[in-house]
Amino acid sequence: MMRRLLIAVPYGWLLLLFLVPFLIVLKISLSDIALSIPPYTPTLDLSEGWAGIRDFFSALDFENFTFLTTDDLYWKAYLSSLQIALISTLLTLLVGFPIAYGMARAPVEWRPALMMLVILPFWTSFLIRVYAWIGILSNEGFLNQFLMWIGLVDEPLTILNTNIAVYVGIVYTYLPFMILPVYATLEKMDESLLEAAEDLGCTRNQAFWFVTVPLSRPGVIAGCFLVFIPALGEFVIPSLLGGSQTLMIGKVLWEEFFSNRDWPVASAVAIILLLILIVPIVLFQRNQQKQAEANS
Amino acid sequence: MAERPSPNQTVFAPWTDPDAVPLIRIEGVTKRFGDFTAIDNIDLNIYRREFFALLGPSGCGKTTLMRMLAGFETPTEGRISIDEQDMAGVAPNRRAVNMMFQSYALFPHLSVWENIAFGLRRDGADKDKIAARVEEMLKLVQLERFARRKPHQISGGQRQRVALARSLAKAPKLLLLDEPLGALDKKLRQDTQFELMDIQEKTGTTFVIVTHDQEEAMTVASRVAVMDNGRIMQVATPAEIYEQPNSVYVADFIGDVNLIEGRVSSIDEGRATLDWAEGQHPITGQASGSLSKGGRATFAVRPEKLYISREEPTERTNRVWGKILDIGYLGNLSTYHVETTGGQVIKCEMINVSRIDRRDYTWDDEVWLSWSDTAGLVLPE
Repeated sequence: MMRRLLIAVPYGWLLLLFLVPFLIVLKISLSDIALSIPPYTPTLDLSEGWAGIRDFFSALDFENFTFLTTDDLYWKAYLSSLQIALISTLLTLLVGFPIAYGMARAPVEWRPALMMLVILPFWTSFLIRVYAWIGILSNEGFLNQFLMWIGLVDEPLTILNTNIAVYVGIVYTYLPFMILPVYATLEKMDESLLEAAEDLGCTRNQAFWFVTVPLSRPGVIAGCFLVFIPALGEFVIPSLLGGSQTLMIGKVLWEEFFSNRDWPVASAVAIILLLILIVPIVLFQRNQQKQAEANS
Repeated sequence: MAERPSPNQTVFAPWTDPDAVPLIRIEGVTKRFGDFTAIDNIDLNIYRREFFALLGPSGCGKTTLMRMLAGFETPTEGRISIDEQDMAGVAPNRRAVNMMFQSYALFPHLSVWENIAFGLRRDGADKDKIAARVEEMLKLVQLERFARRKPHQISGGQRQRVALARSLAKAPKLLLLDEPLGALDKKLRQDTQFELMDIQEKTGTTFVIVTHDQEEAMTVASRVAVMDNGRIMQVATPAEIYEQPNSVYVADFIGDVNLIEGRVSSIDEGRATLDWAEGQHPITGQASGSLSKGGRATFAVRPEKLYISREEPTERTNRVWGKILDIGYLGNLSTYHVETTGGQVIKCEMINVSRIDRRDYTWDDEVWLSWSDTAGLVLPE
């Protein structure tokens, strides 16, 4: 009895905070836009009994989804989001792996301090940190002032409001999500494996590619998914740091919802985004499971 | 049927041959880590085809010495040469030396087959050659059926054999084994010791094994170096180490021993006599090292060299009386702890030769312990 109750808690949590909201969004995506509060029809009216429920369901259709295919804005935004998420995941890996490697190789007594430095940015609001990047990247920002001061450029570089600024923002924000899982796999790696590789004829360099890299793979995969999944639907970073040409689905969704007040289309956009994300999430789960099995 | 050894068959003992060229020369090697001296001015020669054991308690420097042979540590002073080649500045991957790690260090992402092939692949041998060699190694350690498994899918004993096969695959001049059997349970360890000796003989490779288990060192090794505090205390065959220890430390470290302290009363033709307690006969044994008349010395005698009796064995040179404190019946042996003058406890082991022997000694019985004048050693302090 006690056990069932304990299991019921997380299930109840998921049902209430994940499945129910999802069903609401799904329902809105099948509705039509209306000038009312809430801005869509139909709404369920239980006072009319069985007939009311039948009317409610018969009014639902896939119109909004077909609409998404008629306007190329949407699929372009999806593709552009995928591209930005992929490139920034790759960049995060390129920056994060050496940091994680350096941490795992650092003396044991330094590691908690280094770990602290990685986590420290979380102590400030995400929004404030993104605004801080505006101050750094703008035409009169710190970066341009510094570059002009050392004489590297004559006039300020335009970085803010371009895709470059979006990449900088995403890499900066999601770096800890890459570092932590990669560090976790590198840190528990038995150092004698590298000695064994050297003993069997590898140079230090070869030992890194033949042993360290393959053994860090679960961490790298986990890190990549942890960056890719939220980056795909990212809204704040492209809208604050990106320019008018930065096309991301998160931004489109926001505009649909708040500027257009077209809740049904916005919900349809969100549902498609979710379907796109299911693929990497399932792959991520499988990676985690495989890793757990290998460790047992 | 096993072949009877012919009487003129030469015993393998290259260390007694002054013309023999050692495979490994360790000359005046010292290793310091900061203020700590791990290896203190060691000289040692190891010969081809030897099964050499470095034996000592943890922290005695045996692992450091082995890691210097592998190239993972460099000597602070002195010289190590392998096969007449100075090893200074030669990286581990450039040495014809392979090591079997204590943790086995098997690559978890590779199968048994790929683990064994790892070193061969780095050498860039062609595929067929690698495959043939890997199969040969798998056969040597009897793991053909497990070639496709990953290390976490096989047992500890099997992992140990994969590690051995992997380190032997490149046919090294020298194989280093760091506590190779430490992770195995006792029964498996004993079987594996003989297997190791068998493989060493088959491949003709020189083995250097590091261990803290004296029984293991005695079983497998042709010669044993007993180490303590970064120094080598004695290098000799297992039998010599056991029967002719050159110091109290070695005598005490290897096997069970009775140590009796006393004063040298006479030294005569390699025999030294020790006065050790009032009311007891003096004891005589083989003199060892630099003893001086009147100086302090320690008498060392192994428990199995002693004989227990109720009556005084007047015909025996050494005899000591006392009271039985403890009796341990082990089936094949019985151990008697006998308390003599001044609280000195002497252990005596008697083999239970006959099933119907009368073992009628009991606690607090007054008994005599006796041994011959060649049974014990008189060692300097």
